[in-house]
Amino acid sequence: MANYIIRRLLTMIPTLLVISLVVFILIQLPPGDIITSTLESMRQQGMEASDEQIEALKAQYNLDKSMPMQYLHWLFNFVQGDMGYSIKYQQPVNTLIWERMGYTVIIAIASLLFTWALSIPIGIYSAVRQYGWGDYFFTIVGLLGLATPNFLLALVLMYFGYTWFGVSVGGLFSPELAEAPWSWEKFVDLLAHLWIPMIVIGTAGTASIIRILRANLLDELSKPYVTTARAKGVRPIKLVFKYPVRVAISPFISTIGWLLPSLISADAIVSIVLNLPTTGPLMLQALLSQDMYLAGSFLMLLSILTVVGMLLSDILLAIVDPRIRYE
Amino acid sequence: MSEAAAIPAELAEASSARLTWLRFKRHRLALWAAGFLLVSYIVVGLCEFFAPYDPNWRNPRAIFAPPQEIHFFDHEGNFHLRPFVYGYELNINPETWVREYTEDPSRRYPLKFFSVGQEYEFWNLFNANLHLVTVEDGQYMHLFGTDALGRDIFSRVIYGGRVSMSLGLIGVVLTLFLGILFGGLAGYLGGWVDSLVQRAIEVIQSIPTLPLWMAMSAALPPHWSPIGIYFGLTVILSFIMWTGLAREVRGRFLAMRKEDFVVAARLLGASQMRIIFKHMLPSFTSHIITIATLAIPGMILAETALSFLGIGLRPPVVSWGVLLQQAQNYQVIVLTPWLLIPGLFVILVVIAFNLVGDGMRDAADPYGGRH
Repeated sequence: MANYIIRRLLTMIPTLLVISLVVFILIQLPPGDIITSTLESMRQQGMEASDEQIEALKAQYNLDKSMPMQYLHWLFNFVQGDMGYSIKYQQPVNTLIWERMGYTVIIAIASLLFTWALSIPIGIYSAVRQYGWGDYFFTIVGLLGLATPNFLLALVLMYFGYTWFGVSVGGLFSPELAEAPWSWEKFVDLLAHLWIPMIVIGTAGTASIIRILRANLLDELSKPYVTTARAKGVRPIKLVFKYPVRVAISPFISTIGWLLPSLISADAIVSIVLNLPTTGPLMLQALLSQDMYLAGSFLMLLSILTVVGMLLSDILLAIVDPRIRYE
Repeated sequence: MSEAAAIPAELAEASSARLTWLRFKRHRLALWAAGFLLVSYIVVGLCEFFAPYDPNWRNPRAIFAPPQEIHFFDHEGNFHLRPFVYGYELNINPETWVREYTEDPSRRYPLKFFSVGQEYEFWNLFNANLHLVTVEDGQYMHLFGTDALGRDIFSRVIYGGRVSMSLGLIGVVLTLFLGILFGGLAGYLGGWVDSLVQRAIEVIQSIPTLPLWMAMSAALPPHWSPIGIYFGLTVILSFIMWTGLAREVRGRFLAMRKEDFVVAARLLGASQMRIIFKHMLPSFTSHIITIATLAIPGMILAETALSFLGIGLRPPVVSWGVLLQQAQNYQVIVLTPWLLIPGLFVILVVIAFNLVGDGMRDAADPYGGRH
């Protein structure tokens, strides 16, 4: 087992290195850099920068070095936890990013749990009652969930929240608690706000998981051992839950791997619509204002989060299914 | 053997394409969805004719006007064979200063079918002024209401469909090209090419899609022409989408290399090209088409999301995402819910593509057992 984990950890490193290179290239792609925008803002304030100042600025941001050296500098600083400086917010990226990353993780995990809690019972039901009205109903609802853009669902929920209950449903906290220190009250307030993004983000993945579980379970239910058990007179409930459901569910651990990137993507756009203090809105702002260190750090951290999520799901899968370890 | 004997002679001799079609036809919903998509593509293809107005034409008398209803009976209960809409009566609410439109029964605007309306340039080729449905000059018809500038949302949805739906198609062609190329290379050559492609796919798939798209489309130079942005966005979308397809193609190639008929062809001395194109590709084209169909809605949704955020297509280009951008906060939606109508079409088209893809997946393997 330890062997497997170490091997998986080692393959993570090259993946992350390549991702960092992709991210760095993306940071460099937009025209203009920190110097030009700083000079521009200085000029607007009526200041002229001398050549020495420009050189000093360049040296400060390592812009006088070649591209590969700049990449290495960025990478080493990143590994040491220094993610650079945000020009737009005039703050180190570190101070801007961590709280938002935390909320993104919370929302992603909550949505993941919601997706499972919703889709596993429905998937089992749809398989057991194949072609029943419930099966068709959930297929249609699932299809709707799959086809509705997340942000549209968020908008519609906000609309109904406003017209039916007269409340604005954005944000993660009530305004009076947003700046307050953590307390039990604030935690409850967070839970009261969390359900909307959770539902909106969760519904997108639900449809595909229902489908996979339904197909897996149908395969399993048609196997001879189930027929034998049925012939022996095992109670229907036990017949389904004793083995077939357990076998059909085990691949679900691996869904964390591919669900996580889509949850984070959904979180980004839903947060922008619902005005949640997660990574999405800040990253969009950073991209629009070409604050590329900030944007790049977000992209890099979200990718690391995904890679670690995939690693965790692989390890879990290896624990559950011994065949994988020895592949 | 008894099963084979039960198959009617007509089916036993049918080509695989015909078998596929027969199977697909059994999937009622998929058939309806395919019909819907066909009609939609015809409408957006000929959108100049089907849209009553130019998408950028402004009606100063109808700003944020709600959708008009089509009537057959007027307010006195008289039946009119020719349907009509009522003109708006505009009142400004003295307390909230909100524009409130009500139907004005004294102004009845009958609809005219196949008649002359606003002039347009058809496909940039020639000028014409024939429209499917219009009203008399000086009257107006806004079936889906108007936006902040008094532009007709019905027309804009049709024009937006042209951009959004074609972007999905072009993007999928690119995705297919990249996916088959890299997946095929990896699957057929194996060795280091295979591991290189596999690693590349892993890297791309482990960066969250939307943030990556956001970063890439933010890097599109703002001074590009709308057409340039359109193609740039298509390339960006396919750049990430090909990975799933490549995996599939690679898997198929790997599995098929050991199939009896491929081994037989090789032993008979067929060239590599012949084996690939004559024997291997045809046996999974239907699967590729299915995957491609299921990839189109992803493209459309991605374009909508990016344009909605303001980093995809930008006005004056009209796409469904650009249209939805106007409905970005709920105050606007509460006052003018009809701005969400373009979203309805996104949902319909995406569902239709999913249904067609499902039907094709079931039909893709015409020789398999029935499901």
